[in-house]
Amino acid sequence: MERYLLTITVFLPLLGGLIILLIPKGRDELMKWVAAAAAGLAFLVSLWLLGPFEMGSAGMQLQERYLWIPGIGINYHLGVDGLSLPLLIMTALLSLLSVVYSWRIEMRLKEYLFLFLLLETGTLGVFVALDFFLFFVFWEITLVPMYLLIGIWGGPRREYAAIKFFLYTLVGSLAMLLAIMLLYFNAEPRTFGILELIQQQPLARVPALAALAFWGFFLSFAIKVPMWPFHTWLPDAHVEAPTAGSVILAAVLLKMGTYGFVRISLPMLPETFKLFAFPIAILALIGIIYGALVAMAQTDLKKLVAYSSVNHMGYVMLGVSAAAAAVGVPEKAHAATIALNGAVFEMIAHGIITGALFLIVGVIYDYRAHTRGVAEFGGLGARLPLYTGVTMMAMLASLGLPGLMGFVAEFLIFVGSFGVFPELTALAVTGVIFSAAMFLWTIQRIFLGPLNPKWAELPDLDRREVISLAPLAALMLAFGVYPRPLLDMINVAMTSLVAVLR
Amino acid sequence: MPIPIEDLWSLVPEFWLAALGLLLVLLDLFLPGDRKRLVGWAAVVGLLLVLMPILGMLGTPARTVFFNTYAVDGFAVFFKIIAVVATILVILSTMDALRGHTSFEGEMYVLLTFAALGVCLMAASADLILLALSIEFVSLSSYVMAGYFKSDLRSNEAGIKYFLFGAASSAVMIYGFSILYGLTGETNLYAIADRVRTAPQPALVLAVGMALAGLGFKVSMVPFHQWTPDVYEGAPTPVAAFLAVASKAAGFAALVRFLMVAIEPGPVDWVAPIAGLSAVSMTLGNLLALPQRNIKRMLAYSSISHAGFLLMGVAAHRGDFGAPGLLIYLLAYTFTNLGAFFVAIAVGGRLGSDEIPSYAGLAQRSAGLAAVMALFMLSLTGIPPTGGFLGKFYIFGAAVNNGLLWLAVVAVINSVVALYYYVNVIRVMYLLPAPSGGSASGPVPLRLALGVAALGTLVIGIFPQPFVTLVGAAAMLLRM
Repeated sequence: MERYLLTITVFLPLLGGLIILLIPKGRDELMKWVAAAAAGLAFLVSLWLLGPFEMGSAGMQLQERYLWIPGIGINYHLGVDGLSLPLLIMTALLSLLSVVYSWRIEMRLKEYLFLFLLLETGTLGVFVALDFFLFFVFWEITLVPMYLLIGIWGGPRREYAAIKFFLYTLVGSLAMLLAIMLLYFNAEPRTFGILELIQQQPLARVPALAALAFWGFFLSFAIKVPMWPFHTWLPDAHVEAPTAGSVILAAVLLKMGTYGFVRISLPMLPETFKLFAFPIAILALIGIIYGALVAMAQTDLKKLVAYSSVNHMGYVMLGVSAAAAAVGVPEKAHAATIALNGAVFEMIAHGIITGALFLIVGVIYDYRAHTRGVAEFGGLGARLPLYTGVTMMAMLASLGLPGLMGFVAEFLIFVGSFGVFPELTALAVTGVIFSAAMFLWTIQRIFLGPLNPKWAELPDLDRREVISLAPLAALMLAFGVYPRPLLDMINVAMTSLVAVLR
Repeated sequence: MPIPIEDLWSLVPEFWLAALGLLLVLLDLFLPGDRKRLVGWAAVVGLLLVLMPILGMLGTPARTVFFNTYAVDGFAVFFKIIAVVATILVILSTMDALRGHTSFEGEMYVLLTFAALGVCLMAASADLILLALSIEFVSLSSYVMAGYFKSDLRSNEAGIKYFLFGAASSAVMIYGFSILYGLTGETNLYAIADRVRTAPQPALVLAVGMALAGLGFKVSMVPFHQWTPDVYEGAPTPVAAFLAVASKAAGFAALVRFLMVAIEPGPVDWVAPIAGLSAVSMTLGNLLALPQRNIKRMLAYSSISHAGFLLMGVAAHRGDFGAPGLLIYLLAYTFTNLGAFFVAIAVGGRLGSDEIPSYAGLAQRSAGLAAVMALFMLSLTGIPPTGGFLGKFYIFGAAVNNGLLWLAVVAVINSVVALYYYVNVIRVMYLLPAPSGGSASGPVPLRLALGVAALGTLVIGIFPQPFVTLVGAAAMLLRM
């Protein structure tokens, strides 16, 4: 059983989705329960992974490896380490909570649940695939369900947002495919295995090809992250997507990009990454400042959260590029490790916090006020105490209040990258001020001041909403106060990564 | 010189097909008008049976028979499989599509069977004369099929247009063949290969270029593609499916054998022009596919663009990804594109329209049909886990491996452009509301054909190893 745990985690949602397809129309309750069971079981199995997972060991664990297309050296190869396991568990958790949140979806329920579970299988697979072919297949499988989720259940401009998302991501993926091919054909023996290629460093002696491959991966990951200036699909997609779609998009799909940078770009092409680390750090810095400033100017809550994602993913990329710039410089290895720890911690933190924020926006928009205009609220604090509490907690966590999860992440990133890029980091810290201003101002406009009489009758959170929000709030606080278990796990993986780079 | 008896044994599939065609003519003659469907079923059974001797030839050593004019190798066997499978599926899809348009149902099955024979001959011809004859054989059957609906002006136009274009390009090709014969004194491809090194350059370039005209016409390569949209739109949809898949595959078989066997040893650099034509074909086909509203015209331009992708495989033929990639792309394309045309038949038969907007809300009217159409569109785009993705994966790899990175980049850009119009079909089916109107599911034979096409598309994408082995063997034998 233990040998197949990863496969089970990844494919349980798909299995649930296929079962749902067989359920006759009209049995809505049954379909929802099957979906919840599939997502719930996947989450439980992902937690179960923590048992056999050895915290102290740095290599890939729980590996599964079978021949898939032996004719051209493609294997079905899965495995987890301290980088991917937290992301895997986070993905399973957020998918489960999103299914719970989606309980009230009525329109074309069968298709919705099937696509959602297919999306979950794709995202889980990306984080555990250790063969480029398999990685690419999972990477691309996420596109179609997300396209349809936005396109069918989205807001007024859904068609535009959906196709824009699809086109942008496909450009990147195909560039990545060419980069993969460059690695494959220069390897000896030829292989699509990610670990084998990292060991071989096939392009180390051909800097021109290495640069081409690097930019191929970069385009793909940077669009997904999204880094400035590749971010323009993000506000559209986030705003138009249905709530659960926004949650997965922000919490999981964006992480696929940063995960790619850490898992692939950094160890696969370290010298090349080092060469371009500074310009990439500049892009990250622009993303930080730009994201925060544009978020401040938004009156649409969803857009505001979307741009705050650009800001936060900028922090992650600052940490990653700082680590890249430290490649080959032993005295900066310590700083690089801290920066990477922060970056990976921020991936999890941003997933949990922004996932919660999008659910929070959904709560007020989908079933209550049907508006997301920040300016149209006011004084909700007295009317909706529970909702206000959760929202303030998530927003404060997002702006980096000590004691909550976001602070730990940002602190580590700044400490780490200060050792490499002191000037850039100093500028990046101003982003924190802007995002603090933005979130505090938002809290003020929505929850403080006189109550807008229009909203006098709004009900507070119901049970289903509490179930989907409470775990996230608890995690924000728990890892904010005591980040050590998570950080230990990440640290082992990042330390060994930096050691390899040195 | 007597013909050795073993030579005859290796021609069992061809004899079988010819006999089957003649038998169907007789059967059609004696069956009453309302039972012509039986001719179709007889054809399906006969074609299924012929698969046995064809599959039996897998793995036998490559050789040529009939005084070296006819190749019996894995490459030919591969294309025979494609021809027979595609023809079976097309016949299944035809069974309902002709009703109401024409009373000559039986003849269509006969023509399709003969066309399948022609495709087999094209794939195996190792002699310029036999090649020219078999191309004409396929063409003549196709001209009649394209203009099959006598009372339909568009179908007439399709038939005449296809005939005129086809005749002209055949003439140019045969002229090219004759120059090649004049230069080398041989008509046999393997014999030409020995002599082509010493052939004078400019005349050889002219000969190859002219030969490309005829073969390029068959595969809808730019600039010999103009017939494609009009013929696909006007011809009966099953015939368009046959032209888009079997006829194109045969064209590629002949093109590849001609270039790689006869011309490759010579001094002519054919890779660069083929790469150029590949880039032009995929780009032009894609750009013209974008504004199409008619599904058959869209598929026609998409077929031009896919010809470009396949030519990329021809240009990047060296290495483990080149020729095998071309074959696996063709195999995946066979199932996928047939499937797309079959959905067009099903929808066209029920709604009486081939316009893409009339697919609105198909997902709610007939979920199964919409789902398989979505699968086919994604496979044509090259999204995993479909066969189309595996084909693209191979062909991109081949381009990178052969140093044609620029072509790979052009192909990437084209794939993104193509996504737009393929996903447009998905958008119309899934995102737009359904107008009133009943469900559109096809008759049983059509659904069977659709099921096989969908299964093929998925299986090639998910369990590709058997197909990888198959094309590996087919491409290996070609090189000797």
